[in-house]
Amino acid sequence: MSQNSEDIINAATDEKYKYGFSSEIETETIPRGLNEETIRTISRLKGEPDFMLEFRLKAFEQLQKMEQPDWAHLNVPHIDLQQIIYYAAPRKREKLGSLDEVDPEIRRTFDKLGIPTYEQKQLAGVAIDAVLDSTSVSTTYRERLAKDGIIFCPISEAVRTHPDLVKKYLGKVVPASDNYFAALNSAVFSDGSFVYIPRGIRCPMELSTYFRINAQETGQFERTLIIADEDSYVSYLEGCTAPMRDENQLHAAIVEIITENRAEVKYSTVQNWYPGDKEGRGGIYNFVTKRALVRGTRSKVSWTQVETGSAITWKYPSCILRGDGAIGEFYSVALTNNMQQADTGTKMIHVGKNTRSTIISKGISAGKSQNSYRGLVKVTPSATGARNYSQCDSLLLGDKCGAHTFPYADVANPTAQIEHEATTSKISEDQLFYCNQRGIGTEEAIGLIVNGYARDVLSRLPMEFAIEAQKLLQISLENSVG
Amino acid sequence: MLHIENLHATVEGKEILRGINLDIKAGETHAIMGPNGSGKSTLSAVLAGHPAYTITQGQVTFNGKNLLDMKPEDRANEGLFLSFQYPVEIPGVSMTNFLRAALNGKRKYQGLEPLSAADFLKLMREKKKIVEIDSNLTNRSVNEGFSGGEKKKNEIFQMAMLEPTLRILDETDSGLDIDALRIVAQGVTKLKSDNNSTIVITHYQRLLDYIVPDYIHILYHGRIVLTGDKSLALDLEKRGYDWIKEQFKD
Repeated sequence: MSQNSEDIINAATDEKYKYGFSSEIETETIPRGLNEETIRTISRLKGEPDFMLEFRLKAFEQLQKMEQPDWAHLNVPHIDLQQIIYYAAPRKREKLGSLDEVDPEIRRTFDKLGIPTYEQKQLAGVAIDAVLDSTSVSTTYRERLAKDGIIFCPISEAVRTHPDLVKKYLGKVVPASDNYFAALNSAVFSDGSFVYIPRGIRCPMELSTYFRINAQETGQFERTLIIADEDSYVSYLEGCTAPMRDENQLHAAIVEIITENRAEVKYSTVQNWYPGDKEGRGGIYNFVTKRALVRGTRSKVSWTQVETGSAITWKYPSCILRGDGAIGEFYSVALTNNMQQADTGTKMIHVGKNTRSTIISKGISAGKSQNSYRGLVKVTPSATGARNYSQCDSLLLGDKCGAHTFPYADVANPTAQIEHEATTSKISEDQLFYCNQRGIGTEEAIGLIVNGYARDVLSRLPMEFAIEAQKLLQISLENSVG
Repeated sequence: MLHIENLHATVEGKEILRGINLDIKAGETHAIMGPNGSGKSTLSAVLAGHPAYTITQGQVTFNGKNLLDMKPEDRANEGLFLSFQYPVEIPGVSMTNFLRAALNGKRKYQGLEPLSAADFLKLMREKKKIVEIDSNLTNRSVNEGFSGGEKKKNEIFQMAMLEPTLRILDETDSGLDIDALRIVAQGVTKLKSDNNSTIVITHYQRLLDYIVPDYIHILYHGRIVLTGDKSLALDLEKRGYDWIKEQFKD
């Protein structure tokens, strides 16, 4: 291939990631590397109470006893934790009292991403917490939500303003000792969202957090904690993007959800971190632990994820179904293209009686990517009458990619019923020709077919985001067939 | 409108079309008949641009343009429509979304603005009547779980939506009961005008009772061996193909 045509191809594929720009924001960082002093510095910069510093130091101690896991179907290089900058925050010009004082450059950054940092009509039904690198830069509709007693704020603030709630719940669903990246996050996490929905309240709008990495050589370690008290409901959405860089950046997050009796949390993710270029240079390493403790009677947690980004994705949003009659759901579309690798799935742990879980996983592999579903359905002896239905489908585009399924079932109660269905398919030449014959070009046809394949999952997303996710699937597959 | 000259095509190295010549003018209806394996479906697939076939000789012009140089989607947007013998299922893609992509694609090709959602749905309602199609059908996924009759009705419904100038019906009558055959055939006739032409590929005379052809061509061993008027079909119905096979043995 000539140099020229290669350039054209590179330019064309690089353009596909729309969010790859970086912003000139004056940033305050701490020295790279990880030691006790790093942790003390982060805690001090955040103005945290002592219990948080202790929490972090304990996690750090834990981390030092652990090693980077390598059991997933992923080829992960050793990540040198000493090369990462653990804290980067936009330099504050003055005390940010109101929204109007948000740095205009930061506001422009989020505008460019289509994320409003001010309350406006277009997205009136969505309250947004915008997180840039290590800090939350603005949270909209807080006053409106406070009228219902709902707390929606950066977690760094909740640590100071609601220490009792944070102390009671933080680390209770995902303890620092859970895994290597959970320990790392617990030691160095810098921001994220805190949500508390009081008893009997149905949250009147979607809550959303948007994560943006901007600074170089930093990692993002966010932490989200959602507590839904008895008979409450909330729908929460998370989005994320990062600039295109040749280096790899680490994102290691934790999300914890707790539901009391009859509460329901719907958690949706559209994950669009920079996936790296066609040759696999750069991109985000995305190591995330998401878990819900569905402990209230007949309470429910539903995870919906559309994963198109990151060079490497390692994440298993899970539910511990402890309350009797508790329900856990996992709906996932994971798309990998070029050199991307994903190992994602869920764990449904049935503890309460008559607990139910549903798993719908749709993997799409293109280019030279590797895409794995890994799931565990565990029924403990106490979970009489537990039921699970799992469906894992894989769609392959081209013949250089891989799709893998690792379903585990661990059943210790004879009354349990679990079902598992799996399919692997390709887009057929006949389907493409049928679309072509109706005047639909091949790329658009693939987009249509893939969206159709993923429809059961996409239809679970809130409306505006479903449309975004559809476009994203289409864009992520451009140039995937030649 | 369509001019085919000495067209040869192969699939997997096997020659199926062995020198087709055909001229179709605007407003005309041509029926193509012939025994199984004579190349009828191959001809329709080659005209529509199916990638499995290789053209080894000959040329085809469509409205003055070189058809064989065009991608399948461009042929469609130029006005060529193939009603498939076996319509393909596309799970999860609603008929509405599918047709909207098709119609707006064609409008874009013609330099027109996309149709608004309201106008599009209005157009769908009008066109559904032509083939007496159940409105639930358009909410379902493309051909998924459709009965044989529904699939064929759906082909003609799409034809009504896209208003092609060259309509190729590949064994549209196969698998249809008498009522469905009548509805489908009447749909095709209703949509006929002086500006569009039709190629009807069929085994049976009964379809031609509804869609009356100007010419009937007998295809055998990849060549048109006989051309006549509509009485030729009646003849075949009585006599079968044996005399053709006998007469045009290689």
